[in-house]
Order: sequence, then C-alpha cells, then structure tokens
Amino acid sequence: MSSILIIQNAQYLGETVDIVVRDGKIESVGPKADIPDGAEVFDAAGLKVFPSFIDCHVHLREPGFEYKEDINSGLRCAAHGGFGAVMAMANTRPVNDTASITRTMLAKAKATWPHGPRLYPVGAATVGLDGKELAPMAELAAAGCAAISNDGKPVGGAEMFRRCMEYAHTYGLIVIDHCEDPTLAKDTHMNEGATSGRIGVKGQSVVAESMQAARDILLSEYLDIPVHLAHISCKQSVELIRWAKERGVRVTAETCPHYLLIDDSELENYSTMAKVNPPLRTPADVQAMREALKDGTIDILVTDHAPHAEHEKECTLDEAPNGISGMDSAVALTWTLVTDGLISEADFIKRWCHEPARIFNLPINGFAKGDPADFFLFDPEEHWVLTPEAMQSKGKNTPFLGRMLKGRVKAHWMGGVKIV
Amino acid sequence: MQENQRFTWPHKDLLDVSQLTVEEANHLLDTAEQFHEINQRPVKKVPTLKGKSVVLFFAEASTRTKTSFDVAGKRLSADTFALTKSGSSLTKGESLKDTALTLQAMNPDVIVIRHWSSGAAQYLAERLDCAIVNAGDGWHAHPTQALLDAFSLRQHWGRDFSGKTLLILGDILHSRVARSNVILLNKLGAKVRVCAPRTLLPAGVNDWPVTVYTNLNEAVQGVDAVMCLRLQLERQQAGLLPDLSEYATTYCLTARHLAMAAPGALVMHPGPMNRGLEIASDIADCAESLVLTQVASGVAVRMAILFLHATRKDGGSK
Repeated sequence: MSSILIIQNAQYLGETVDIVVRDGKIESVGPKADIPDGAEVFDAAGLKVFPSFIDCHVHLREPGFEYKEDINSGLRCAAHGGFGAVMAMANTRPVNDTASITRTMLAKAKATWPHGPRLYPVGAATVGLDGKELAPMAELAAAGCAAISNDGKPVGGAEMFRRCMEYAHTYGLIVIDHCEDPTLAKDTHMNEGATSGRIGVKGQSVVAESMQAARDILLSEYLDIPVHLAHISCKQSVELIRWAKERGVRVTAETCPHYLLIDDSELENYSTMAKVNPPLRTPADVQAMREALKDGTIDILVTDHAPHAEHEKECTLDEAPNGISGMDSAVALTWTLVTDGLISEADFIKRWCHEPARIFNLPINGFAKGDPADFFLFDPEEHWVLTPEAMQSKGKNTPFLGRMLKGRVKAHWMGGVKIV
Repeated sequence: MQENQRFTWPHKDLLDVSQLTVEEANHLLDTAEQFHEINQRPVKKVPTLKGKSVVLFFAEASTRTKTSFDVAGKRLSADTFALTKSGSSLTKGESLKDTALTLQAMNPDVIVIRHWSSGAAQYLAERLDCAIVNAGDGWHAHPTQALLDAFSLRQHWGRDFSGKTLLILGDILHSRVARSNVILLNKLGAKVRVCAPRTLLPAGVNDWPVTVYTNLNEAVQGVDAVMCLRLQLERQQAGLLPDLSEYATTYCLTARHLAMAAPGALVMHPGPMNRGLEIASDIADCAESLVLTQVASGVAVRMAILFLHATRKDGGSK
C-alpha cells in the first residue's frame, strides 16, 4: 500500500497549492487536492514552499576537525537551514584526495541522515591540496565526488591549475576554483582598503581574487572546459565574469550572503567573527555583487559554511581563522534580497536550487510528477534572533550573531520523509 | 593640581588618541606639565598613586617605552610589575584571553599593554574592568607616543598648533606612531604631511587628513617640524625596499633637507634611531633636535596618563 502525504495551502510562487506526495515522489501540485483515507495531512497555511535548496560550498570538517563540525551536525544544520544537498570541500584531515575518504564521508552521511540532506563530497584537485601532484580523480569520481576543488588552499601555479581542469574534465567533473593568488594574499587578515589602512591590519587586495578569476576564464576559453569560480566577492571579478560570459566562455560563479549584505566596516573593531576569506569588501563591491546576482553574472548562492570552535575566534584578529558559519542563517539572510526587490522569488529558487543542480548535474525537485519530494516550508513573516542556541551548527561564528532575521524554515521533507 | 581634582577623567582606557576630544587631550597635556615640574625637582617622587598597582604587560620587545612607564609609575609611588614576553606564558602558547584573565585576577588598577597584534589593547579593554593603556598595538596605534610628541612640540609652539606644518617621514605603512600622530596633530590644529616610497604607504592614505608625498625634497619645503620614523630592517627582506643604502640616499633626513624647511624647524624621532638610515647623525644631535626632549616628555605624559586612569574612580582626587 502506498503512503500519501498532502501539504495543504502552501504558497508556491504566488499561488496557494496543495502538494500531493505518493511514496516519496511528487504526485501533483495544484489547487485543493482530495484527501484519500490514510493520507497524512500538513496544513501549511501562511507558509511558502520551496524545493530543498542546494549548498554547493560547505566545510563539514569531518574527518579531522570534528570539534568544529562533523557530518552529522553539519547535515542537521543543513536540514534546518533548508538545504537538501550540500557539497563538502576537501580541506579535511586527511584531505579528501582518495576514494576511501570519500566513501567514509558518504557512509557517515547515510548512517546519520539516511533520508537526507544528501552529501556530495568535493574531491581535492591535487594530493594533500599541495598543488604539486594531481589527485586520483577517476577514483574520486567513481566513489561519488561531485566536483573537484582545492578550496582552502588554492592552486597558485597556472600550469598546475590547467592540468587540474583538463584531467577533471576527462572524468566529467568540474573544477571549483577558490580564486586567490597566494603571494598577494599572504598573511592578510581583511580587505585592503581605507579600513585596513586606518586600523593597521595587513589587507588583501581585490586583485588577489580577480587576477586568478581572469586566469581561470582565459584557461577555460582556451581549453573549452567549464570552470566554476567559488565565493566571488568583488566588483573587479564580476566585471571579468560578465565579460567572459558575453564571449561565451563556460564560466559559472557563486557568491555568499555576506558578500551581498555586509562590508569591511564590520572589522572596524577587529571583529574576528567578520574575518573570512575572501575578505568582506567595500560598500561599492557589495553593490556590484548585488547587481551581478540580479543580472545573472553570479549564477548561484552558496554559504561557504565554515564553522569554527568558539575559542578559535576568541583572539586577536590576526590570530583568528577565516570563516563564517552560514547554513543556519543563509536562507533568511538572502530572503531579504527578495523583500528588498533585488531579485524575484523565482530567481531566489533558481539561484539556490535550479542553477546549482544544472552546474553540478544534481537531482532536483522541480515539483513535476515523479520528482523527489524534497521541499521545505518557510514562514516569511517570522522574526527570530540569530543566537548561538538557535543555531544547529557547532560553529557559532557569524558576524550576523545577535541580528533579528525575518523568515524561518519551519519544516523540511526529503523523499517525502519529514526530517525537520 | 587643584583644577584637576574637579575633573573626572571620562575614559576607562586609553586605546588611541582618536577617542580624545581636543579639551581632553589638552587637559592630559596640562596635567603632564605639572608632573614635568616634579621631574625637575631634586626629589622626584610623589605619593600620588601610593597603593595603586600598574602591570606593564609587554608582549613585544620594548626597552624605552617600558622603562618610561616604569619610571612614571614609580615616581607616582605606584607599584609596577613587569610582565614581558620572555617571562610570560605567552611563549608557552597561552592565549591573550587567558593572560588577560590572569592579570585581571591580580586586580591591578592599570594594565599597560604593548602587543604585536593590532587591536590587542581593545581586546583587553573589552574584557577587563581595570584601565587599559595602549603602549602600542601592531601597526595600529601608539597614543602615549603621540601625546608625548605633542607635549614636546607644545614647549616650542604653545597649546595651539594652528599654522604649523609637520612632516612625518618614513615607513608610514607599518607605523602606529604615524597613525596616532596624524590624528592628534590634526586635532591640535597642525597640518600634517607624510612622505614615503609608495611601498611604505598604507591603503587609503589619500583619504587621511594629510598631504601625501613620495619626494622628500618636495615634502620638506617650509615645514615647521620633521618627525622621522624608525625603519625596521626586515622591510627590505619583505621586498618593500631595495638595498638600504638606496633608501638612505632618497629618504634620510639631512642638513640639506632641513635647509628647505622653515627656519628653526624641529626634528623628532621616536627612537631607537638608525643613524644614517632615516636620520643623519648630525641632524639627530643638532640644536633643533627634540629627541631627548621626547624621552623626558614621555615620563611626564605617562605620569599624567597613569594618574588620570588610576584615579578616575576616586573622584579625581589623590
């Protein structure tokens, strides 16, 4: 006998719909569904429904740094944050540069969250992230890696990066590049600009990012191989990406909530919570990022979820690690882009779900019959304060801590199973 | 000291001169004048801070500033305790937070901190109840140096620096002395110029209240004072400079430059000096050099700073 779940009165793109789920798959989406005997019914009056989002850039810290986060807590955070799939970067210890690590990660995800959120490990581009020797990408692809990246320790040498792109492409994997010139970024703690100059902190110029973005674009065009640019943060980079897209280069790019909402003035008082790499930029960069998201130059939204233990951020700015714990607050924070009128609700879904799925070839719920019943309910009116207690992540490190947010994930189903 | 007794110092901490109004800066310097007189007496010790304790927490090496604070505290009869990097747990990997809490537990009235991290003094100030005096944090701020420099200049220029122009020469990028002096000198009415090769100028310097020069011959024209900064020798290794002799050729302050400044222009240096690198030896020792005045001013200014911060909760009285 089949199981039936009906979500009643949900708001989907401006319409009130009932969603009928049969055996974990979408049966129908439309006005007023009949309720058969034995059906489970959930009244979603006043709530919006979104297909489970995809976060293509997270650090779940396992193996090796379980005191910051682990796969269980990271997936719990994803589930509560509205994410049905996450792509976990390879800068763990050991580095995810062999199939055995990939398989261990996947087994842990399956054991802790059997119905999802789904984990898609990202394999290292080079062994140990050292930038010297290609990682065994055929093996990583076969084990289940969804992409290749040296995020956290980017490939500095252009020759090596070219080989990474070519070799990954051989196995159908796209390389995600953390665009950062290691020499320009060395020993920097924030954006280079008026604030860093005034408060006496060594800054990272936007060129550290844009130069590598340019390199990747030129290689992509020359090799005719797609490339994905991670956490783009500045005007100069988006101008290059816009230019590349006009030329037909197969480049895609992501950005994070913090690059769209806050700037380097957050570091005026040496706030370690606002220390992130790439660093928070100037208000002019934030404006350029918002325009780039609006016009599609930036394809997708990601969190770059980078949890740290409390004591690691309890220090001076120069000693603090980079990173913002993002999955708890990302959906609420970026919902402001819709309420501000910057992007439409349809674009919001596109940037968090459809486009990530397209770029990385991941399954998705398009609310068509037979699609996996992966969706969450969102209360656009609920106000809540981002406190450490309200966060599911082990990492409470975010510059948005203490902020009043509007909009909250209320329930989440994957494959028709209620996970939140 | 009669007037001072009625003035309650409004600041728990001295993190940078940016927090001071012109009136507060002048009040502090006026207080220092009175201590300066004490320092000229045969018996230089007064009981003002008897029973108060001052911790000198110097995570970064410093002889001059630490000694200056030590002398200042002792002349006011405060008990001073030095905690230096080699003698502290910092070398054993203790975090600044734990060091701070340990110091707090000893219940001092004032902690003077010198630290390599920009923002370190603020970090302590946010966590501890006692007064924090910033004796230099990273590249950020060195308020007591700026105040003692202003005190030295005051002896020649009077209280109002309007119409005076001072050139800060050297490694502006890495200099907390420059950052604090730019702020305070502007507050006191002076015009400020800075001069350095582009590799030693900070980002955003064009938005500072200064005129920026890269050519010393132009920068020095008509100025009333030149403040040379110490050049850290590791800047060459960091690739910011070619060999040091080239730096000396272009940026060392010499008699030839001073001849282009206003007549009787003053020469300053926070010390320790690299003679022949950023300042010619004969200039360092010339009649217009305030270098030793600055050292004496340092003790008086730091006495005033310790006095104001250690007694603010006592209603300003001794």
